[in-house]
Amino acid sequence: MPARIQSIERAAAILRLLSGRNRRLGVAQLAGELDLPKGTVHGILRTLAAVGFVEQDEETGRYQLGAALLHMGSSYLDGNELRARALNWSDSLAARSGESVRIGTLHEGKVLVVHHVFRPDDSRQALEVGALQPAHATAMGKVLLAANRYAASELAAAGLARYTLATITDWEMLSLELKDALDRGWAIDAEELVVGEMSLAAPIDDRRGVTVGAIGISGPVERLTDAGAPRNDLISFVREAARAVSRDLGAIPW
Amino acid sequence: MSERYIASVDQGTASSRCLIFDDRARIVSVSQVEHRHIFPRPGLVEHDPREIWRNVQHVVQDALGAVRLGLRDLVALGITNQRETTVLWDRTTGEPVHNALNWQDTRTVHLVRELGGDDGADRFRERCGLPLATYFSGPKIRWLLDHVDGLRERAEAGEVLFGTMDSWLIWNLCGRHVTDVTNAGRTMLMNLETLDWDDVLLDAMGVPRAMLPEIRPSMEIYGEAGGALAGLPVAAALGDQHAALFGQTCFSPGDAKCTYGTGSFLLMNTGEQPVRSNNGLLTTVGYKIGDRPATYALEGSIAVTGALVQWFRDKLGLIGSASEIETLARTVDDNGGCYFVPAFAGLFAPYWRSDARGVIAGLTGYISKGHLARAVLEATSWQTREVVDAMNNDAGVSLTSLKVDGGMTANNLLMQSLADVLDVPVVRPIVAETPSLGAAYAAGLAVGFWPKVEDLRAQWHKAAEWLPAMEAAQREKGYRKWRKAVARTVDWVDEDDD
Repeated sequence: MPARIQSIERAAAILRLLSGRNRRLGVAQLAGELDLPKGTVHGILRTLAAVGFVEQDEETGRYQLGAALLHMGSSYLDGNELRARALNWSDSLAARSGESVRIGTLHEGKVLVVHHVFRPDDSRQALEVGALQPAHATAMGKVLLAANRYAASELAAAGLARYTLATITDWEMLSLELKDALDRGWAIDAEELVVGEMSLAAPIDDRRGVTVGAIGISGPVERLTDAGAPRNDLISFVREAARAVSRDLGAIPW
Repeated sequence: MSERYIASVDQGTASSRCLIFDDRARIVSVSQVEHRHIFPRPGLVEHDPREIWRNVQHVVQDALGAVRLGLRDLVALGITNQRETTVLWDRTTGEPVHNALNWQDTRTVHLVRELGGDDGADRFRERCGLPLATYFSGPKIRWLLDHVDGLRERAEAGEVLFGTMDSWLIWNLCGRHVTDVTNAGRTMLMNLETLDWDDVLLDAMGVPRAMLPEIRPSMEIYGEAGGALAGLPVAAALGDQHAALFGQTCFSPGDAKCTYGTGSFLLMNTGEQPVRSNNGLLTTVGYKIGDRPATYALEGSIAVTGALVQWFRDKLGLIGSASEIETLARTVDDNGGCYFVPAFAGLFAPYWRSDARGVIAGLTGYISKGHLARAVLEATSWQTREVVDAMNNDAGVSLTSLKVDGGMTANNLLMQSLADVLDVPVVRPIVAETPSLGAAYAAGLAVGFWPKVEDLRAQWHKAAEWLPAMEAAQREKGYRKWRKAVARTVDWVDEDDD
C-alpha cells in the first residue's frame, strides 16, 4: 500500500468535525480536537477555503462547511429546470385538487418556491415564485428535511421558530414527524404556519433516487380534511403528481 | 365525477395526440404517437397519410383504454391539426395518390414566385388575406397536379380529392369530404368575405373546384364515425393556432394569445370583419360557430424565439439546457445595455427585410454571459411588442392582456419581461394544451355538452399571471434601444453573398 498523504487525512478530519454536531468551529477548537498545532490547522483551513470546501464567518472568524462541498454531496437540480419539467403535472394537480400548487427546493434551510400554480377559481392571486417558506412549518419543507439530514440538523441547531400554536418547535418531535414523512412518502402541515391553512406535499426524486424537490398543495383546513383527517384523494393526487415528475426526471418508477 | 367525456385529436407536425377531457374541461387522459418525417431531398418534407390515420385511431383507443373508458363514454370528438399540410387521395379507393406535403416543404418556392408575377407576393392578399408563400396549400396542390402523371385530368373529373389533415381525417372517419373555414383559409383559395372557394383564386392557382372539400363551420356535427370508432360524433375542426385562440377563450375583439415555442404565433380576435394589415400581418378566420358569422383574426408570427435559446445552448454552449438560461440571466440585474436581434434569416413582421442578419448591439467590456442571457430572453419580449404594436395599429383596438401558452411559458423571467415590455398582464391558463382544449371546447359546444360560449369562459382558469412592473420611462428607453439595434441589422446581405 502506497504511503498515505498526511495533510489530506488531516483535511478530512477537519471536514468531518465541521459536519458534526457543532458546525462552526474556530482554529483553536479544531486544533484542540485534533491535537495539532494551530499553524498547521490554519494552513489546511486556508487551502480548504480557497477551493470552497470551507467558509470563514466574517464576524466570528469561525469555519463552516462551504457551499461547493454541499453541492457535491446533495444532488443539485436547477430550479428553473425543475419547473419546466413539472409544468404539465403541476397544472394537472391544481385542476384535480382545486387547490394552489407549489414546487419547492431547499435553500439555506428554507423552502424556495420555484413554481406556483394558482388555485383554479379565478380569484385574485399573486405569483409567489422566489418566496422563502420556513422548512419545519410546511409540508414541502418536511419532505425536503426528511430527505436531507444535514439540513435538518443544521436547522435544529439554529432553533425552530413558532408561527402558530401548532408549529412544531421541539427538535425531537420534528424528528419523529420527519421519519413518518420519509416512511409514508408524504408530509402534512396542519395549521403550523398559518392558522386555518393546511398543506400536503410529496418528494420529487431524480434518477439517483435523491430528493431534489417537493410538490404540494395548500388550502383551508375545511377543504383539505374529511372528518378531521387529510383527504385521501388529495394525498393520492399529490403523490401521483410527485411520482409523475420524478419519472420525467428519470427516477425508477415504482 | 364526470360521466361523459370529450375526446380531442391534435394531429400535429411531429405526432398525433388524443386528450380526453371531463365535463369541467380537465385532462383525464393523454396518448401520443409520433409519425415519420420523409425527407426525399433537402427542403422537401412529407408524411405518409395512411400512417397518420392509423395513429389517430390508435391514440383515441389508447387514451380511452388508459382510463378504462369506452367509446360510449364520449359525447364527441374534436379535431385540431397542423395547418396547410396537403393530402390528395383517390375518391373511390380512399388511397393517397402521393405522400402528404408538409407545410415546411419548400418545393413550391419557384412556383410561388411565378404565381406572384409582376405583382409579387401580395397578388392575392386582398382576396385571401395571405401573401404568396411556400407554406400554403394552394401552391402545393398545383405542384402535385403539375408533377404527378395524369393527376390533373383525374382531379378535374372529381376522381381525386384534396384535403388538409382535418379533411383527410373526417373523410376517413365519416366518409364526408368537408373542411372547416380555418383550414380552408390557409389554402390561398378561399375568399375571406364569402368564406367560399374563389373562382379568381382557383383560376390563377390552376386548381379545379371538383377536387375541393365543402367548407363548413369550425364547429358542427360533421357526421358519425364508422369503423373502429363507430358512432362517435365528429363535431369540430380547427387549425392548431385557431384552436389555441379558441382554447384560450379569446372570444372578444382585442383578445389575443401567443404560443411560445421554437417560433411563436400571435393571434388577435378582430371580430366579425376581416381586418387588412398594413404591416404585413396575416388576415385569417379565427373560428366559426355553426351558422353564426365568422370571427376573424390577425396573425403575426415570430420566426426566432425559443430557437434563439436553443442556439445559445447548442452553438455557444453557455448553458446545458434551455431552462438554465433563466438561471444564468438571473446572475445579473439587467441586460447591461446589450440587445440581441435574432434576424438569422432576415427580419419578418413588421419589417420584412430579407437583407437583414442578426446583431448583438451595445457590447462593452462590462457585458458578461449573464447579460447576453438577458438579451436573449428580452429579444422574445421585444419581438412580441413589435407584432402587438402592428396589430393594435391594424385592428384599431389595444391589447388589454396577453394569454400565453407553449413551452417557454415555464420561464418566469421571460414572462415577467413580456408583461413589462407590453405593459399589459400576461396570463398562462391551467391547461397548457390549448389547441387540444380549443378543439374539445368547440366539439363540446357543437353537441351541447357545454351549451354556451360563456360556459367555456367559466371553465377556463388562470394558472399564473405576471403584472407589468416596469417604469414607463425605462420601457420607452428599452424600446428605443431595441429599435436602434434592429436598425443595425439591415443592409447586411450583399449581392455576392451566398
